[in-house]
Amino acid sequence: MKGKHFERLRAAGVSRRFGDRLVLDGLDLTITGGEFVALLGHSGCGKSTALNCIAGLLPLTDGAIWIDERRIDTLPPERRGFGMVFQNYALFPHMSVRRNVGFGLRMRGVGREETRRRVDEALRLVQLSGYADRLPGQLSGGQQQRVAIARAVVVEPPLVLMDEPLSNLDAALRLEMRTEIRRLHQELGLTTIYVTHDQEEALSLADRLVVLRDGVVQQIGTPEELYRAPANAHVAAFMGYRNLLPVRVTSGQGGTVRVAGQGFELTGTNRDAVATSGSIAAIRPEDITVSDSGENRLELTVEVVEYHGREEAVQGRLSGGALLRLRTTVRLAPGDTVTVSVPPDRVLVFAADHGDGPAATAAADLPAGVATPTPEEVAT
Amino acid sequence: MTTVRAPARPALRHRLAERGIDRTLLLLVPGLIFVGVLFFYPLMYGLTLSFQPRHGGGPFANYRDFFRTPFDRNTILTTFKIALPAALLNVLASIPLAFRLRGRVRGKRLITTLLVLPITLGTVLTADGMLNFFGLNGWFNRVLRSLRLVDQSVTLTGNYWGVLISLIVSGFPFAFLLTLSYLSGIDPSLESAAATLGAGSLRRFRFITLPLLAPGLAMTFCLTFVLAFSVFPSAIMVGDGEGRTRVISIAAYDAAFDAYDYSKASAIAMIMATIMLIVVSLVLFGRGRLYRGATGGKG
Repeated sequence: MKGKHFERLRAAGVSRRFGDRLVLDGLDLTITGGEFVALLGHSGCGKSTALNCIAGLLPLTDGAIWIDERRIDTLPPERRGFGMVFQNYALFPHMSVRRNVGFGLRMRGVGREETRRRVDEALRLVQLSGYADRLPGQLSGGQQQRVAIARAVVVEPPLVLMDEPLSNLDAALRLEMRTEIRRLHQELGLTTIYVTHDQEEALSLADRLVVLRDGVVQQIGTPEELYRAPANAHVAAFMGYRNLLPVRVTSGQGGTVRVAGQGFELTGTNRDAVATSGSIAAIRPEDITVSDSGENRLELTVEVVEYHGREEAVQGRLSGGALLRLRTTVRLAPGDTVTVSVPPDRVLVFAADHGDGPAATAAADLPAGVATPTPEEVAT
Repeated sequence: MTTVRAPARPALRHRLAERGIDRTLLLLVPGLIFVGVLFFYPLMYGLTLSFQPRHGGGPFANYRDFFRTPFDRNTILTTFKIALPAALLNVLASIPLAFRLRGRVRGKRLITTLLVLPITLGTVLTADGMLNFFGLNGWFNRVLRSLRLVDQSVTLTGNYWGVLISLIVSGFPFAFLLTLSYLSGIDPSLESAAATLGAGSLRRFRFITLPLLAPGLAMTFCLTFVLAFSVFPSAIMVGDGEGRTRVISIAAYDAAFDAYDYSKASAIAMIMATIMLIVVSLVLFGRGRLYRGATGGKG
């Protein structure tokens, strides 16, 4: 079961407007055949809209989509031949699993014998061989989603679109299905676009990530690139930089900057910091170590300790009042005062907002518990 | 110090509650009274009455008479000829309209109000309006004549067509509202899924929407059919005075208020009820063979 590959799919300036709201603003994206691309963002960031535009379920307001030299954005969905997996599975409730999976083949006029063979193969692939004669209502959520995946891939589509396929499943099943999807992709080599709001899901599945915010692409890159070098504070927040400290730049020299926050000073790496208005120092919890040596030493009073097996997730407060989260194997207890340090190349300093909208929206996007700099704080 | 010990047997009230017997059963009382007084008692009264013919001849004399007299017997066929097409047309016409108006459509409320308005008019007013509008010198014919589409007025009242049109006017809103609500209950993402799998709009309707809608359509058909089968005012007002639209309810009316034979009228009413029951059971039996589970939507 190999997809009919294309060389590349190219979205050029794809935009979608709902009333006055520009939900997707000029998406430029090139996907090569066989790639697994994840669209990542909060709800309402335009990621599902982008997917529906590519699927043909939503007409574009502006822009074009090309597959190799063929323009496809004017084709209705039934003539694009993509496979799609929906968040709510969208299995046909009145058809057996076999007829659901075979629906696409039937629409393509594939013969009875071949349909039977290919449906059996697809069901074997998603490990549901014994369930062909059940109705979708008789299956569990995970099984239904596997049927939906089988239904989408059985037609050997050039492109598979997945719209948050795991968000309706419980945590354990989600992990299992994630591995399943990755395995299917590796086995079939199907080009896949995967929409999710879960960075872990995106990082573990995709070859390339596209982070969206308010309909605008923030960064496109491999999981490694995004994880190591997020383009702005918003992407950093998504990539697990849970410490986003409001700071101001005191001195800078090449890529290295000296920043000051509420009662602390750090040396960090300049990502696109600004001296005049606010900046943000982004640090991942796992980059902070409990030690008296090393650079960027800070005094921390431990407040909350969560036991995570091998490690502990610790939340503490700096003397100036700023909150800091870290992960450590050192056993700590609430009330302890420890010295922690963080290498300067793991302190990324960004502009507080990326310049597309008022600063207030940046605050709204940041994870809970992160203080945003008020003008007074920045000025001091 | 006293300790409260669990009784060996749970209290009576708990045991009754286990079996669903508690005070909420009282909520059924008003409904039961209505059904008893307004439906069950008259039904039983009529049924008994129908077995006591005025002119003697055994308990089944009324029924025998009805089926032996062509003038009476033929009313069944006449009624079917009017009620079946009316119910079918209502259901069929409501499908495309409901299809277009499901989901969010601009002006949906206005359109729905206009479509549902005939319900509020009542059959007598509708029939009266029809006499004016579709009559030989009504607007409809005058427009046709002035457009030179016809030389002579089309007869649309005082015959079969008059009754049929009036049944469509009064029955369509019901059919439309029911179909719309059934259709809104079908998850739109099912159609999207079918589209991505290569089904064009016609095949999406045939393989996805129609099978999921069919049980609802069967129900809608039953309701509009029953409404149409018991047609009475319009059959008299816009129907044929010479008996070609003599539906079964007119036969019952004649027996009761021309011949003052309540016993025979009751028998005719029972025949009428039995026929409707048979048709509804047939349709519902067919419906039982369809898929009737969840349709994924919010309906």
